[in-house]
Amino acid sequence: MKKTLLLIFTLFTFFIANAQETYPVNGSFDIRSGQFAFTNANIVVSANQMIKAGTLIIKDKKIESVGTGIAIPKGYVVIDLKGKYIYPSLIDAFSSYGLPDAPRQSFSFRGSQPVFTSTKDGAYAWNEAIRPEMKVNTIFNIDAKKSEELKKNGFGTVNSIIKDGIARGTSSAVTLGTESANEVMINPSTAANYSFNKGTAKTDYPQSLMGAIALLRQTYLDASWYKNQNKEYNISLDEFNKQQSLPQIFEVSNWEDVLRADKVGDEFGKQYIFKSGGDEYQRIAAMKGTGGKFIIPLNFPKAYDVEDPADAKSVTYAQMKNWELAPTNPAALEKAGIEFAITTADLESSKDFWTNLRTAIDNGLSEQQALKSLTEIPAKMLGIDAEVGTLSKGKDANFLITSDSLFKKGNIIFENWVQGSRFIVSQMNVKDLRGDYSLIIAGVGNLTMKVGGSVGAYDLNLERTGTDSVKVKGTLSRNGDLVSMFFDLKKNPKGDIRLTGYLDKSEPITFKGEAALADGSNTNWSASLVAPFKEKAKKEEPKAKIVLGSVIYPFVAYGYTEAPKQETVLFKNATVWTNEKDGILQNTDVLIENGKIKAIGKNLAAGSAKVIDATGKHLTPGIIDEHSHIAISRGVNEGTQAVTAEVRIGDVVDGEDINIYRQLAGGVTTSHLLHGSANPIGGQTQLVKLRWGQTPEQMKFAGWEGFIKFALGENVKQSNWGDFNTIRFPQTRMGVEQVYVDAFTRAKEYKAQWETYNSAKNKSGLTAPRKDLELDALVEILNDTRHITCHSYVQSEINMLIHVADSMGFKINTFTHILEGYKVADKMVARGIAGSTFADWWAYKMEVWDAIPYNGKIMHDAGVLVAFNSDDAEMARRLNQEAGKAVKYGNVSKEEAFKFVTLNPAKMLHIDNKVGSLKVGKDADLVLWSDEPLSVYARAEETYVDGIKYWDIDKDADQQKTIKSEEARLIQKMLDSKNGGSKTQRPSFTKPSLNTCDTIEENYQTQTN
Amino acid sequence: MRKFIYQFIALSFATTATFAQATISPAKPQSGTIAIVGGTIHVGNGQVIQNGTVIFSKGKIISVKEGNAVPQDIAIVHAEGKQIYPGFIAPNNALGLVEVQSVRATRDAQETGTINPHVRSLIAYNTESRIIPTVRSNGTLLSQPTPEGGLVSGTSSIVQLDAWNWEDAAYKKDMAVHFNWPTSKQPAEGRRFGGATLTEEQQKERYQKQLTELNNYFAEAKAYASTEKPNTFNARFDAMKGLFNGTKKAMVNVNNQKDIIVAVKFFESFGITPVLVGAEDAVEITGFLKDHNVPIIMYESQSLPANDDDDVYLPYKNAKILHDAGLLIAMSADGYWQQRNLPFMAGVSAAYGLTKEEALATITSNTAKILGIDNMTGTLEVGKDANIIISEGDALDMMTNNITTAFIQGRSIDLNNVQKQLYKKYAEKYGIKAD
Repeated sequence: MKKTLLLIFTLFTFFIANAQETYPVNGSFDIRSGQFAFTNANIVVSANQMIKAGTLIIKDKKIESVGTGIAIPKGYVVIDLKGKYIYPSLIDAFSSYGLPDAPRQSFSFRGSQPVFTSTKDGAYAWNEAIRPEMKVNTIFNIDAKKSEELKKNGFGTVNSIIKDGIARGTSSAVTLGTESANEVMINPSTAANYSFNKGTAKTDYPQSLMGAIALLRQTYLDASWYKNQNKEYNISLDEFNKQQSLPQIFEVSNWEDVLRADKVGDEFGKQYIFKSGGDEYQRIAAMKGTGGKFIIPLNFPKAYDVEDPADAKSVTYAQMKNWELAPTNPAALEKAGIEFAITTADLESSKDFWTNLRTAIDNGLSEQQALKSLTEIPAKMLGIDAEVGTLSKGKDANFLITSDSLFKKGNIIFENWVQGSRFIVSQMNVKDLRGDYSLIIAGVGNLTMKVGGSVGAYDLNLERTGTDSVKVKGTLSRNGDLVSMFFDLKKNPKGDIRLTGYLDKSEPITFKGEAALADGSNTNWSASLVAPFKEKAKKEEPKAKIVLGSVIYPFVAYGYTEAPKQETVLFKNATVWTNEKDGILQNTDVLIENGKIKAIGKNLAAGSAKVIDATGKHLTPGIIDEHSHIAISRGVNEGTQAVTAEVRIGDVVDGEDINIYRQLAGGVTTSHLLHGSANPIGGQTQLVKLRWGQTPEQMKFAGWEGFIKFALGENVKQSNWGDFNTIRFPQTRMGVEQVYVDAFTRAKEYKAQWETYNSAKNKSGLTAPRKDLELDALVEILNDTRHITCHSYVQSEINMLIHVADSMGFKINTFTHILEGYKVADKMVARGIAGSTFADWWAYKMEVWDAIPYNGKIMHDAGVLVAFNSDDAEMARRLNQEAGKAVKYGNVSKEEAFKFVTLNPAKMLHIDNKVGSLKVGKDADLVLWSDEPLSVYARAEETYVDGIKYWDIDKDADQQKTIKSEEARLIQKMLDSKNGGSKTQRPSFTKPSLNTCDTIEENYQTQTN
Repeated sequence: MRKFIYQFIALSFATTATFAQATISPAKPQSGTIAIVGGTIHVGNGQVIQNGTVIFSKGKIISVKEGNAVPQDIAIVHAEGKQIYPGFIAPNNALGLVEVQSVRATRDAQETGTINPHVRSLIAYNTESRIIPTVRSNGTLLSQPTPEGGLVSGTSSIVQLDAWNWEDAAYKKDMAVHFNWPTSKQPAEGRRFGGATLTEEQQKERYQKQLTELNNYFAEAKAYASTEKPNTFNARFDAMKGLFNGTKKAMVNVNNQKDIIVAVKFFESFGITPVLVGAEDAVEITGFLKDHNVPIIMYESQSLPANDDDDVYLPYKNAKILHDAGLLIAMSADGYWQQRNLPFMAGVSAAYGLTKEEALATITSNTAKILGIDNMTGTLEVGKDANIIISEGDALDMMTNNITTAFIQGRSIDLNNVQKQLYKKYAEKYGIKAD
C-alpha cells in the first residue's frame, strides 16, 4: 500500500460475540449478532459476476444475502458504499501463518558423526524426513501481527503448511480472524503435503535428490504393505495411509522437479497439486502435460546491478532472461489453460505482493484470472469453497471493501472483513482537505491558506497580498477531525504561529480553533474553504508495449528458441570411420534420413537431401561416454548407506546443464550417467542421448536395459573422508566383500519369498512380502536384467568381486576405471567382463599408484572389450583425444583406438544394435570432424543425434552473437529499471559445481538445479 | 661423412624387463660431440628447418644448420622423418613435490601459514619421484617445482628432470616468489557450512584491509632490502630481497579482471613487473596487459570455460587471443603427474588459432623468457644448452607424440619409466607384443 494514503493501522477489532460454545466466560456474556448491510456497492461476487449498486447483508459472521433490491431488515448497521467495490477476500493456499518459525535445515558434512536412523522418540518412521504425523491443526496458533500484515494485502484465509520434511503431514485452512484458534479453523485437514527436502530431519539419508525420491517411493510401498501386516506399529505409516484421500500438495523448486514429482504421483496413482518455483513458463507444455493444478509464487527476481560491466559478467544469460520473463509466468499458465492458485509464499517481503501481481498483469495475466487464482481456485483446491472464495449466501463473511477495481493501480483497500469482523486497512470517506482557504487569525489579520499535496500528506502555503505581502511554507497535520498547523510569517508578526483546531463544518469545510503567537499571547482563528483543490490534469502516459525476449530450450546460454529439426543429409566425399568390417572408407558418402543412417557408399544420389561437402573431413559415429556425471540434479552420490540400489539417476536427469552442449561440441552423443562411488552398491544409472533442449525424459535412451553402479576401494571404505567417517561399514576391503555377500544373500531370500507368494495358488491368509526397492534392484541383477558397472582400481578387490559374483550367481558387466585391469585381463576375458578405463590417469591416490597408460592396450590385446571414459565434464569433451593416447601408449591401431570411445562402450551398454558404428539402419548419431578424430587438431564441426544437428560450429558463432546482443538489450533494460526506481540485487558469483565419482553433496536442498 | 654410427639405446624394452624404477639412472655428462641429422628442426622461436642438423658438444649447441653435412668422427643420431624440438619447459607445478595426492605424507607443496616467501621448493624436490620419468618421456625436460597456498606461497627454482639429487637438478635456483592475489570477487553464498554472506561493504572493507596489509608488508620488505646489514635478520624479508633488485620474479596467481589490474598496479608501485599465473580474465583486458608489458603463464587449455555463457571453446582459444594482442604467454598444465600432458595443452592452442610453431613457443622459448632462462635454453640455437627431444611425429599431438631420444645438457636421457616397466611385465604375462 502506498504511504501517501491516510492509513490508520490501529487495531479495530470488533469482538462479535463469543460463540465458542464450549468455553466458560469470565463475567457477563457479550453476544452480538454482527448485523451489517452494505449498500450501493459494486459487488464482485466471483470472477465471473459483478452486481452493480448491490447490497450485501451479513449476520453472525455469515453472508445472509447478496444482490440488488434487497430490503434491509431492521437492526442492521447500514454502510453506504456508493462508488466502492466489494470483493471476496483473498486466499493464500501456501502459507506458514500461525506456525512456529521453520527451524534451520539440517545438513550433514564430512565433519560430523553419521546418523543412520531416526532420533525421534516414539513409534515413528525410520527416517525423520517421513513425518506425516505432523498436523497443523494441532500446533496452529493465531499470530495477530502476521494476520494484520496479510489482511492489509487483502487476504482473509490461508492454508498453513509445515514446510519441513518429505512427507510433511496435513495442512489447515484458517481465516485471519484473531479471536481464537477454535474459531478460525475452517478446515483442519486441507491436504497432505510433500516435498523433496528433508528439512530438519537429522537422519543422513537422503543426502541427494534421488535419495529423497527413493525414500518417498519406498514410503508409499511400505504404507501399502503396512495395511495388511501385523509385525509392527508405526505411527507415521498409519498417518500416511489416513491422509491418502485428501488433496495432495507437493512443494517443488523448479519445473524439472514438477516433472519428477509428477512421475512419482503417476507411479502411485496420485495427482499432486504442485506448489512450484515460478519458472513453469520455461516448459509450459510439459507442465500442462502433468494434468496437475499449480500454486505459484510471485517471487520475480530483482534486476541485477549491472552498471559495472566487469561485475555484470557474473550475471548469467539465464539469470538475465529469467529476470525479464519470470513476470510472464502467471500469464503463461493462464494461456496454457492450467488451473493455478497464486501464493504470497517465497516473496522477500509481503509488500512485494501487489507490486508483483500488477507486474504479472502488465505482463499478460488477466485480472479475472488473477482474482480466480486468489479466491475460487484455492478455495476449491483446499475443500473450503463452501465457506470462502465467492460471495454468496451462507458463506463466511470474508470480503474486502475497495475504492476501485481491485487490480487497478491506485486502488485502495479500505476494509478487510474476516468472518464478519471488521479490519480497517485505511479509512473510508476521509474528507479531502485540499483547497484554498480564507484564514482569519484574530489580531493578525487575513491570510490565504493553500492546502495542497495529497490526502494524508498535505503541504501548506500561506500568502498575504498587499503592502506587507508574504509567501511562506508551513506544516499541517491531521488526526481525524483535529488539525494542527504552524508557520512563520517573518513579519507582522515575526516568529512561529501555532494553530490547533477542529473541523467545524464540512460544507464548505470550515475549521476553528486557538492560536498561539510567538510573543506568548493566545487568540482565535478560523478558516473556510473558498476554492476546492484542482488536480493538475496528469497526462496518462500510454503504456509502452512490453518487449520480451523468447523462451529458450534449455533455459541457459546456447539454448534454442526452436528445437532443431531432424534433417535428411548427404555427406559427400568424407573419410568415413565405419567401425564395421569395412573399416575406414576414403571418399565415401553417407546419407541420413528419419534419424537413421540410410546409405553408405560412393556417389550416392542426393535426392531431396541437404548436401554437405565433407571433402578432407572425417565422419564418425558419435562418441559414447561410459562413465559420466553431467546433467544430474542435486547429488550424484547417496553415500549414506553401504547399499543404495533403490536410488536412480533416471529420477534426477537435468537437461539444463551447459555441459551437454559443451560435450556435443566435443562430439559426444550418448552419455552413461552414473551414481557416484561412495558406496559398494550405489544407485541405478541412466543412459541419455545429448538431446540439447529436450526434457529429461526425452533425453533418455529408449529401449535400454538398466545398469547399476557398484564401487570398490578407497571411496567406499571412506579412506579419504576424514576422521569422523570411520563408522559406516565398511572401512576396509575385507568389509566390502561382506557387504556384497550380505546384500545378495538378502536379495536371494527376498526373491524366494516372492516366488513362494506368487506361485501360491490360494493366496487367502497369505500376506505379500514387503516390496523393497533396494532388493528389487538386486533381484534384477540376479535375473541378469540389470547390469553392473563397477568402479574399481586394484587387482585384489577386482578379483574379490569376481569371486563373489561367481559364488552368488550374478554377472559383472563392466569394470569401470579399472586402472589395474591389465593385471586381471585374463580373468575378465574368461567371464566376458568389459573394461572401461582412463587413458592416462594415475598417482592421485594410493589405489592408482600402479595405474599405467598401457592399460587399455594390454586389456584390448588380451581380448577384453575396452573403452575410455571421462568421469569428468572437461575430459568428456575431448574423449577423441583420450582415444588418441591409446595410439601413443601401446600403438593401438587408430581404428581400434577410436572404437574405445564409440563402438566398444556401445557394446558394453548393450546398445551396439543402435549406435556405435556407421551402418545402414543404425541411429544417425554422428560427428563431422575437421581432421583425423584422434588428433589434438580435430575439431567437431557438426554433431548429430537421431539425425538432428545439435552442434554446428558455425551456428555456434551466430549463437554467441545473439547472446551478446540479447545480453546488451537486457542490461539496458535492467539499467532502465534501476533508474526507474526498482529494487536491484548484486550480481553473485557462483562457480558451477562439477561432479565426479567422489562428489558428495553438502546440501542437496539449497541448490537450484 | 663418417661411416660409424653411434648407437643410442634411449629406451629398449628388451633390456629393461627385470629392471625397476630404481635402475633408471641419471645419464653421465656428454663426452663426445653429437650430431642429430636429417630431422625437421623446430627451433622454438617460430623457425623451422627441414632436413637439418643440430650439433652439440660439452652440453652446448654448437651448430644448427640446414642439410646433413657433419664433421668427421662425431656421433650421429639419425632423425630422418623425425621432429626435433627444444625440450619442453613445465612452469608452475608440483612435480617432485607431490607423489600421491591423497596421501598427506607425500605432499610437500604447501606450507602452513599465509606469508612464506622463505620456504624453498628446491630442497623438497624429490629426484626419486616415480612420476618424473613419465613426464620426461613425453618431452618435458625442465620444470619449475612451485610452492602453493597462502598469500605468499614460497620460492621456486627451475630443475632439469634427470638428476641424482636436487643439487644436481638445480637449473636456476630460487628464481621466483609466488603469490596468491586476494580476490575482490565473492562467491554467491557461503554454502559450505551455512556461513553468512558478507555484505558488499564488508567485502570491500575486507579486501582493502588485505591490500593495505600487503602494501605495508612490501614497504617493510623493500626497506629491509635496501640495507646492507639489517639490524635483525628476517628470513621472510631476506627471501623477498631479490624481488626488488630483479634477481627474482614475482609470480602472481590471479584470475578476476579487476584483481589483475589491482595486482599489476600494486607490483609496479614497488618497481616490479609481475608474471601473471592463471589469469583467466586476461582476455578481457589485453590492452591493459600490453601497456604494462605483463607476461602470462596461462592455465591449462584443456579446461572448461569459467561461465556458462562463454564460448564453449574459450579456454582453447585463449592463447590465440592473448598472442594476437601481442602478449608474451606460456602454457602450463595443472598438478604434477599431469605435466606429461603439457605438450598437448599447447597442441590444443594450435588447433584453435595459433600456428604449431607459435604453440610450441608457449612451452619452450616463451616459457624460458618468462622464467628468465632464455639465455640458457628454450630454443635450438648456438650457445644454448643441448636440451633436445626427438619425436617420431608431431610432439604436440597425443596421437603422434612419441619421444625416442632426449638430451639434457647434452646427456642422453633414459626414457624408460615405471609404467613402461609394468607394461612390459604384463605384456609378457599375456604374450602380447609391447610396442
